[in-house]
Amino acid sequence: MTEKNKTGLKKGLGIKSQRLIAYIVLVLVTIMCLFWFYVLFINATRSNSELQSGFTMIPSSHLIENWTNLIHGTLPVWHGLINSLIVSSLSAALSVYFSSMTAYAIHAYDFKLKRFMFTFILMVMMIPTQVTALGFVKMISAWKLEDSFIPLIVPTIAAPITFFYIKQYMDSSLPLALIEAARIDGAGEFRIFNTIVIPLLKPAIAVQAIFTFVSSWNNYFIPALILHDDKKKTLPILIAQLRSADWLKFDMGQVYVMIAFSIFPVIVVYLILSRHIVQGVALGSVKG
Amino acid sequence: MNKRSKVVSYNKWGYIFLIPFVVVYILFQLIPLITTIYNSFFENYLSGLKQIGPNFVGLANYKALFSNGDIWIYAKNTVILWIMCFVPQIIFSLLLGAWFSNTRLHLRGSRFFKTVMYLPNLIMASAFAMLFFALFSDNGPINSMLLQMGIISTRYKFLSNVWSTRGLIAFMNFLMWFGNTTILLMAGMMGIDMELFEAAEVDGATSTQVFFKITLPLLRPILIYVIITSMIGGLQLFDVPQILTNGTGDPMRSSMTLIMFLNKHLYSKNYGMGGALSVVLFIITGILSLIVFKVSGNSERKG
Repeated sequence: MTEKNKTGLKKGLGIKSQRLIAYIVLVLVTIMCLFWFYVLFINATRSNSELQSGFTMIPSSHLIENWTNLIHGTLPVWHGLINSLIVSSLSAALSVYFSSMTAYAIHAYDFKLKRFMFTFILMVMMIPTQVTALGFVKMISAWKLEDSFIPLIVPTIAAPITFFYIKQYMDSSLPLALIEAARIDGAGEFRIFNTIVIPLLKPAIAVQAIFTFVSSWNNYFIPALILHDDKKKTLPILIAQLRSADWLKFDMGQVYVMIAFSIFPVIVVYLILSRHIVQGVALGSVKG
Repeated sequence: MNKRSKVVSYNKWGYIFLIPFVVVYILFQLIPLITTIYNSFFENYLSGLKQIGPNFVGLANYKALFSNGDIWIYAKNTVILWIMCFVPQIIFSLLLGAWFSNTRLHLRGSRFFKTVMYLPNLIMASAFAMLFFALFSDNGPINSMLLQMGIISTRYKFLSNVWSTRGLIAFMNFLMWFGNTTILLMAGMMGIDMELFEAAEVDGATSTQVFFKITLPLLRPILIYVIITSMIGGLQLFDVPQILTNGTGDPMRSSMTLIMFLNKHLYSKNYGMGGALSVVLFIITGILSLIVFKVSGNSERKG
């Protein structure tokens, strides 16, 4: 009896102190995640001389000055932004539309190569683009497609990870009876896909569109090998250019504004849609 | 009879809907893979302004790749950076996952914390590396801050020391990936049958015992998945060290990764050696992918 009380007491105390420790660690983790972005936004508001004189946690008033200096400088920032927007949004649109189509083919029809195709797509899911980059870049230059966005956009049509996520979503929420019903009403297969299936997939499509947009927005390796013309470069290439320039000559305020400018759109989208994105992470990757 | 022929005529649409994927996959993935492998058997590079090759040389590129010590140095760097990033990542993720899935602890704000932890994952790696380069430079704000606080008396050259450079790269990758891992493990832990925890509680098991005797063994499939996918990701480590060290992998090539090495060959148009290196990386990721495929296939059958 006494022993039972003892353990009960110990557990009660244990839970409270455990909870306290957990909250302290979580607050520290939060600070560790956000600190860098806080410093970035503070520093983006400070002038070069203020930045050289030391560190402070209080924002200054030179944000707009840094910004105008940046866009009037040598770096083609506006081009970079527009190019990044074009490549990322077209990639996202093509990727989700055609991945849905691929998933629908496997989900709704029975054909001989169905199992083979499904297994094949799952097997190649993890192969990184870097290992085929050599053949890819050689082919692109042979086709005279350097400095074009086609090699950055079109390949996203074959996106195994997006396919897999949408296929899983279909398994849980696209009843085949619905398709049958539409067929009886006389709708053609393409029309069924475009007017019935796609709208039903909206939640999955939204999540994957965001992921594809973000990964294309952040992509550096392949674009750096393909885009050489200043007017065609995307933001990550400009960041790399900023790094390889003799940075001490730079106005550091401009450097911070440029970094903030590159990550700001993604942060805004994320804060608006974070709930869906975080759920998407949990749903997408683990089957078991 | 009529019905059956109708079914057959529908099913041809399966092939039609697969056309875009198959065409694009063959054009932009399969053919590049084959030409990459093909190139690995040829001598093909620029010596000064003179183009050497392409001449068929058999496996000479592979021999050169492995007998020249560079690949081993870069492989070692890649593995070290991966371990430095992965070990703290898995410890943090398991701990946070266990806390959040612990109903007795009943932590609030899990959505807020998940949102915050996942944020760094979406940040452009090159911009993040540039930010760290600026913050940790010799005259940068971190040095100023440490000086002001009296922690150091002279400026510390973060990017001139082997372990501080590696530490920064590993830390950035840790920040970018631990949220992702935490969310995955948390989802796995939430899926464990609550009755098991309740039974353990009745039997008087402590939180530590529950974690090691119940949570961890049941998480095995997800843990293996997380480890292998993280290895594949680690092998691709490029953006962060490339931008942070401006492609040099300094100090003394101690933070040069395998993909940075590949990138160098691609820029200098040494297609033979680049091809051989690509094939080696392809084989390694192929083996790792196969393990993932087997593991997730098994867990599917079980569950």
